[in-house]
Amino acid sequence: MNYEAVIGLEVHIQLLTNTKMFCGCSTKFGMPPNTNVCPICLGMPGVLPVPNKKAIEFAIRLALATNCTISPVNQFARKNYFYPDLPKNYQISQYELPIAENGWLEIETKNGARKIGIVRIHMEEDAGKLIHDENKPLSYVDFNRAGVPLLEIVSQPDIRTPEEATSYLKTLRDIVVYLDICDGNMEEGSFRCDANISVRPIGQKELGVKTELKNINSFKNIQKALEFEIRRQTALLERGEEVIQETRLWDPAKGITVGMRTKEEAHDYRYFPDPDLVPIAIDKSWIEEIEKTLPELPGPKRKRFVQQYKLPEYDAEVLTSDKNLANFFEEVVSLFPKPKMVSNWIMSELLRKLNEEGCSISDSTISASNLAELLELIDDQTISGKIAKSVFEEMYETGKRASTIVEEKGLKQVTDADFLEKVVSEVIKENPKEVEKYLKGAEKVIGFFVGQVMKKTQGKANPRLVNELLRNKLKEIKNDSV
Amino acid sequence: MVAKLGIKELRKGLLKGEFTVREIVESYFERIERLNPRINAFITVSRDMAIEQALKFDENPHSIREKPLGGVPIAIKDCLCTQGIKTTCGSKILQNFVPPYDATCVKRLKEAGAIIVGKTNMDEFAMGSSTEHSAFGPTRNPWDIERVPGGSSGGSAAAVASGMVPVALGTDTGGSIRQPASFCGIVGLKPTYGRVSRYGLVAFASSLDQVGPMGKRVDDVAMLLQIIAGRDDFDATSVSIAVDKYCDNLNDRINDMVIGIPKEYFSHKIDPEIQQAIEEAIGIFESIGVKTVQVSLPHTDYGVAAYYIIAPAEASSNLERYDGVKYGLRSNPDKADLTEMYLKTRAEGFGPEVKRRIMLGTYVLSAGYYEAYYKKASQVRALIKQDFDLAFKKCDALITPVTPSPPFKIGEKVDDPLEMYLNDIFTLPASLAGVPGISIPYKLNSSGIPVGFQLIGPHFQESTLLKLAKAFHREIEYNPEIPEL
Ligand SMILES: [Zn+2]
Repeated sequence: MNYEAVIGLEVHIQLLTNTKMFCGCSTKFGMPPNTNVCPICLGMPGVLPVPNKKAIEFAIRLALATNCTISPVNQFARKNYFYPDLPKNYQISQYELPIAENGWLEIETKNGARKIGIVRIHMEEDAGKLIHDENKPLSYVDFNRAGVPLLEIVSQPDIRTPEEATSYLKTLRDIVVYLDICDGNMEEGSFRCDANISVRPIGQKELGVKTELKNINSFKNIQKALEFEIRRQTALLERGEEVIQETRLWDPAKGITVGMRTKEEAHDYRYFPDPDLVPIAIDKSWIEEIEKTLPELPGPKRKRFVQQYKLPEYDAEVLTSDKNLANFFEEVVSLFPKPKMVSNWIMSELLRKLNEEGCSISDSTISASNLAELLELIDDQTISGKIAKSVFEEMYETGKRASTIVEEKGLKQVTDADFLEKVVSEVIKENPKEVEKYLKGAEKVIGFFVGQVMKKTQGKANPRLVNELLRNKLKEIKNDSV
Repeated sequence: MVAKLGIKELRKGLLKGEFTVREIVESYFERIERLNPRINAFITVSRDMAIEQALKFDENPHSIREKPLGGVPIAIKDCLCTQGIKTTCGSKILQNFVPPYDATCVKRLKEAGAIIVGKTNMDEFAMGSSTEHSAFGPTRNPWDIERVPGGSSGGSAAAVASGMVPVALGTDTGGSIRQPASFCGIVGLKPTYGRVSRYGLVAFASSLDQVGPMGKRVDDVAMLLQIIAGRDDFDATSVSIAVDKYCDNLNDRINDMVIGIPKEYFSHKIDPEIQQAIEEAIGIFESIGVKTVQVSLPHTDYGVAAYYIIAPAEASSNLERYDGVKYGLRSNPDKADLTEMYLKTRAEGFGPEVKRRIMLGTYVLSAGYYEAYYKKASQVRALIKQDFDLAFKKCDALITPVTPSPPFKIGEKVDDPLEMYLNDIFTLPASLAGVPGISIPYKLNSSGIPVGFQLIGPHFQESTLLKLAKAFHREIEYNPEIPEL
């Protein structure tokens, strides 16, 4: 029997607000433990939460970008469970009236584009972090992260393969990064994912029993964890055994998932509306205001790059993978309107250089206008493509303009035919043996002569012109000798 | 004799230089030292800080005039956070907790020049109607120390009534200001929900809790309310509606007002002397031109049931933070077992009434019961609120008893929680509806115990209640008495 997987993903993203969800503390990452804290995020007796408007705005941005319906009334709810990293022993989240519902995302799969449904997006606060002493039976709590705003994005169980899951996550990550609401960093935990997964015989309508996978914190791990879990569940079903509904933890070292708690052991979170927070109304005008500030998203931008600039799909994908890179490309093209040439130079030279140095486009020492100038110099034959590469290197090192470097180093291409004719004559005169070979039919020798001319002109001779002059000259000699 | 002074007389004396702030503060402390061992109204006395503040005023006497409450001693209920002064909430679990911040109402009082003399006793986490459920022993009623002062703000009420302090702050969740004010014969006002910031009020039931003033005179209560009322950016449930001029309006004419008499509040078995007192009060209001009208609030009887679902539900969640991890009591600190630490800390830290309500609240929020209890109770609450909205179309305020019976004996009801809960029957509905209520002392009954009544007003009409209360006291030439102690 053939089985298919049914996968739904729950993604938590940490929002790039300056302050926490319900207090004024900084959200800065990597501070010494318990320095970004105040009575409110420590859950001291008597404190009250006040919602961060920016976080709500960020949620609306994502809701718009994922085609969700935005709820006109928002209600925060308390999710009650005891854990030492949770200062109040309840998490302020949303339950009955989340900020957004019923959206979708379009993802690329090997069978073309697919829509993946989004059940809901809700706002909540992050918990702190436990640090366990390795030598003593002691644990410490760092509350710096407690209260940092999160959005939880819950997908429909529309995903069928680990590849689609990865594609969904990459698409979602590109969007949140484009929206400037999350840095998308999986390693630092600002983009986290849990997966609900079940398998069923192909053709069966009913869903199988699902498990929830936790602790999958990189794209590679998601792929591997889902592959493992599909194999595990399929094997169980094939043996006629049952899948147990439970939460399982991914162990990246062993490459397996391990049972954590079963349905019976699941928490009763006792959700109820948080009486400390009045329902928040989101009116049309607020949504419209935010909609105006929404950037073009990666998907539509990629399609536009293909159409408008006639770029291959691959180029468009690379260039739009980073909003700043896409902007850089468009800026260069606006100054030098040969998109494919711009794309080639960005992809082969600039990105190579940036990758070598572990930098992103915003760190580039070459500005868009400087790159455009360099390409202009190539295009009008002021310098050759080969010279251009060394000019590029120098531009990157020094930050100087292309024209300055060409000027300073005298790298201007020689296109003066009279001058070059003289050099060509010299070279022919100095190499009678090679002329002899040519006359005997060795056409290849022409390369040798070009090389000699280049040597005499320090590489600045226009190779096309040199070629032409050489052929004419040699033809003359041939005719004369006949 | 400081015991009888109100804010006005006290300020007059200070401004005339009849006494210094230090002298005033010292004489209150003398009274506290003498009486508190018997009454147990204070959990903590903040003498050093108070004297220090008093000296500052005395060094710079014009600062007394500049601040509306300059030099006025005040007691604060121990569930309101005071920076640098222990805030126990009447609980062992917070017995050594010193907040790093001031509650907004405390901050506003300090800025207005008030001097905090101490923190008053209360039922643990404000759960109770007698101040017997305190980890620091019961407070006694100054009029009869065998009887309870009411609760949960029993410490504040007893402190004011016995003249240990001129005014105090209390908090009211289901009657916790109005009922002890009545039992102790003082004025106590529960403002509209959202009128006073809850920031720094250690939460019992967040959708019901409100901070309010307590004093011997209506003027004192109006003055305190003027300072503490108003929107606070630290409390999302506080409201930005403009604050009335309570003191300036206090003597406005009231003879075109209408008082409603809700029949449901008089259909219960009420102590005859309380019944008699209210009938007299109605007569007095009529004699000064106030009209009266019969009204009905049909859902009144469901108040107790709805309250004892909603309040414990919220409390069960609010009290989760007391786990021994961050502050307060931690039991079993040497054993490396988290669950055991939680269990022991909470078992040792909370008293029986708090545990009872945590269990009740946890149960009504549980999966499968939420709809039947919490949701249903919320619907009942909406109906009770609607009762008031409809009634206030016909009148400006309602007159009701505060409690069905006078103060009971200490220990009399402590083992009968249901009987205790029924004591709040006339104060709970206003809490559920979020409307303001004031407890007004009238006279002493045949046993020398204070009797009074309650006025309930529409949302944000504290002014109406204060005006009516003031007019009533003016008419009867009310002169607050201090019990012989
Ligand atoms: Zn904070």
